[in-house]
Amino acid sequence: MMGRLAGLLICFCLLLSACAPRNRTAAGGTSPDAELGPLTVYSGRTEELVGPLIEEFRRSTGIEVRVRYGDTAELAATILEEGKRSPADLFLAQDAGALGALGSHERFEGLPSSLLQMVPSSFRSPQGEWLGVSGRARTVVYNTASLGPGDLPGSILQFADPKWKAKIGWAPTNGSFQAFVTALRLMRGEVEARRWLEAIKDNGARSYPRNLAIVQAVGAGEVQVGLVNHYYLFQARKQDPAITADNHFSSPGDPGALVNVAGVGILGTSKAKTAALRFIEFLLSDDAQRYFTQQTFEYPLVRGVDANPALPPLASLQPPDIDLSDLEDLEGTLELLREVGLV
Amino acid sequence: MSRARKHPGIWLPAVPAALVAAAVATPLVYLAVRASSDGVAKMASVALDPRTLGLLGRTCLLAGCVTASALVIGLPLAWLVTRTDLPARRVWAVTAALPLVIPSYIGAFTLLAAAGPRGFLQGWLEPLGVQRLPSIYGFSGAWLVLTLLTYPYVLLTVTGAIRGLDPSLEEAARTLGRSRREVAARVILPQLRPAIATGSLLVALYTLRDFGAVSLLQYDSFTRAIYLSYQGSFDRTPAAVLSLVLVFVSLLVVSAEARTRGRAAYHPVHTGAARAPKVGRLRRWRWPVFVACSIVVGLSLILPVGVIAYWAYRLLQGPAAEVIRATTAAGANSLWASAAGALVCVAAALPVARLAARRSSRSSRMFERASFVGYALPGVVVALGLIFLGIRAAPFLYQTRTMLVFAYLVLFLPQAVGPAKAAFLQISPRLDEAARTLGAGAFNRFRKVTLPLAAPGLATGAALVFLTVMKELPATLLLSPAGFSSLATRVWSATTEGLFARAAPAALALVALSAVPLALLARNGGGLGARRGLASPPDRPLA
Repeated sequence: MMGRLAGLLICFCLLLSACAPRNRTAAGGTSPDAELGPLTVYSGRTEELVGPLIEEFRRSTGIEVRVRYGDTAELAATILEEGKRSPADLFLAQDAGALGALGSHERFEGLPSSLLQMVPSSFRSPQGEWLGVSGRARTVVYNTASLGPGDLPGSILQFADPKWKAKIGWAPTNGSFQAFVTALRLMRGEVEARRWLEAIKDNGARSYPRNLAIVQAVGAGEVQVGLVNHYYLFQARKQDPAITADNHFSSPGDPGALVNVAGVGILGTSKAKTAALRFIEFLLSDDAQRYFTQQTFEYPLVRGVDANPALPPLASLQPPDIDLSDLEDLEGTLELLREVGLV
Repeated sequence: MSRARKHPGIWLPAVPAALVAAAVATPLVYLAVRASSDGVAKMASVALDPRTLGLLGRTCLLAGCVTASALVIGLPLAWLVTRTDLPARRVWAVTAALPLVIPSYIGAFTLLAAAGPRGFLQGWLEPLGVQRLPSIYGFSGAWLVLTLLTYPYVLLTVTGAIRGLDPSLEEAARTLGRSRREVAARVILPQLRPAIATGSLLVALYTLRDFGAVSLLQYDSFTRAIYLSYQGSFDRTPAAVLSLVLVFVSLLVVSAEARTRGRAAYHPVHTGAARAPKVGRLRRWRWPVFVACSIVVGLSLILPVGVIAYWAYRLLQGPAAEVIRATTAAGANSLWASAAGALVCVAAALPVARLAARRSSRSSRMFERASFVGYALPGVVVALGLIFLGIRAAPFLYQTRTMLVFAYLVLFLPQAVGPAKAAFLQISPRLDEAARTLGAGAFNRFRKVTLPLAAPGLATGAALVFLTVMKELPATLLLSPAGFSSLATRVWSATTEGLFARAAPAALALVALSAVPLALLARNGGGLGARRGLASPPDRPLA
């Protein structure tokens, strides 16, 4: 009797799971493009931010899309480990560093110039291996209840000062932060970059897995400042319009003023390259670029689409003078972060 | 008739048993291959790196402290529940063991959602001027959570041993003039030592393998370091090497545990003592002790459920439709994975257990021991081994549900083999031989005689595996195909981001769904009891 009960239970569970709603393997539509799929995307950007966009692509083209979400660095490492047999068709990275890293390992397929021309040359790979789809600026988000704009230092390097003890929040496992560290290493050298990291760590900086959590923590007073990308403040404001936080941009040319891009590249081993190209076209379309301005508050990169008026204009930001494709030494940055004990 | 007689059809379970043993050993083998793929020198440099030694120290420190505190709680509780006049002690005996049901990541969720920086306590106390609660991250949080969730291991093993004590020994010591304290130290405690050792080693093993609590509370121990290293480096060799070091340490603990368990079986178990043991009177300590027990059980059982319920309530006050939908999908996935895992484990356990029960030869013991490798392997380690295996040797399995179920097989096969073997041991071979003389072939005998009689034991194994797979976290986290999330991974990811309201319905569903197999198990004598059934007497004739 017990055996029968257990057997019934198991069969019931299998039946139930067969009828339950499945996420993310929705079949394609009836349009001819549907046969181009399925497209497998490895996305370093979170589901909250790009999920609706991918859903829109699936609806308009009928191509089935399978997304694997994760940290940008982890997915890049996974693609490298998987080698020739990688199931990934397209890599959507949160920063240019990871794209450059895969490019330097010759994993990307060259993109057609028609697509490359749509994006300014400083926001794409000089070899035509990847291109940016939206821009983001590094900022310091601060708690407006306890700090004023004048209390904040001009350079990000000054946060190593002991007066910022137990006041900083950061996300060492985040792709954008890692790209910033790569820029720091390029601009100031390995020794000073390591010294800065260790100083911030000794200042008791609190680690968070995601940037949005940092902004919410700053608003709640858990920490006083956070090292994030500019658009997370607006995301947090959507959920809590009264949040007591604001963005502070570092001085012109400072490593902390880095402007990076989220971008895409097509894997050379992909078996769905046409579908991947369609996806990139979609990301560069006016609709998708407007989504980036209005929903995620990032900077659009395609000419003809205006940035969100709530943001300072992209041209007014003065980032440091480095080429985004020089940020490809993600491996070295990860090694440094590991040695300092941050990952 | 001695069991040493050769049964001609005995090779029938031997081949599948060998296949099963080989299959579950594969991830470990492949992990070793991957770890050494950059050269032995690299392996040695990672293994002997000061960071690794620091990890080793921190992991052993946590294991040691949790074991000590679990003993401090479990031992007195076991005594109170069996040998004193504590009010409602039968209720305590059951509820004090229930925290075993709660997975460690839900324990961590409870702590963070209540006392963490964004928990509700911070919100309640802020108007009273408390700006910042003491940090529960790191060692203190991990220690608290793991202690409260693992003391039942000590409680259950020691309770069983106390119930088996012969009170006449204690009375003899008293009549010889020994004080009560001397009796406790010299008569009772030595008899309990094997059970205490078993319980402690179980706690230590649990702490070594644990991933959920240490990762959420950010304590830098082995499992967390392996996961972060895998996630955060282009070079995956260090993760593989660290995994091997962890496996080595776990194997040490597992072999120690096996040795003490063997000794425990030699203790006389009196079914029905000649005299009932003397019940200790607590007198004026009655109510303080009652309160202390309530605190322990309250913190480890009622508080988690309460915190989950609170955050579920908070969720329902806002838009909850998307969260509920996603939780339902995750729930369906969990049910599917648990059912598939249970079926596969029981099916694989059949040949191994049958062989081990019927014939105690070197090869059958070897297959049985090989299948027990899952006890020593933490989930993170098995997942990594299978990832490397999938990438390099079996790309058709890579990132599929099949690989996930295979990971469950490797990890939880022992939980099915134990009760299955006990069930087979209780079937008299005389029945099998009678069927043979009546002309039934080997397969028919198995199907019509052995299997129906073993069914309750197999069902116990299935329920145990079902329960454990439902709670499993690290292997599911690493091996899930794109888009697959279980209740466990949902609770974990939401908690890492501090989104407690989003984690709440998944946590609630997990605890509720775990109750069903638990009820089945409790009726059938309990999982831990079934494990000890490995030492049950063979060849008992059926009533």
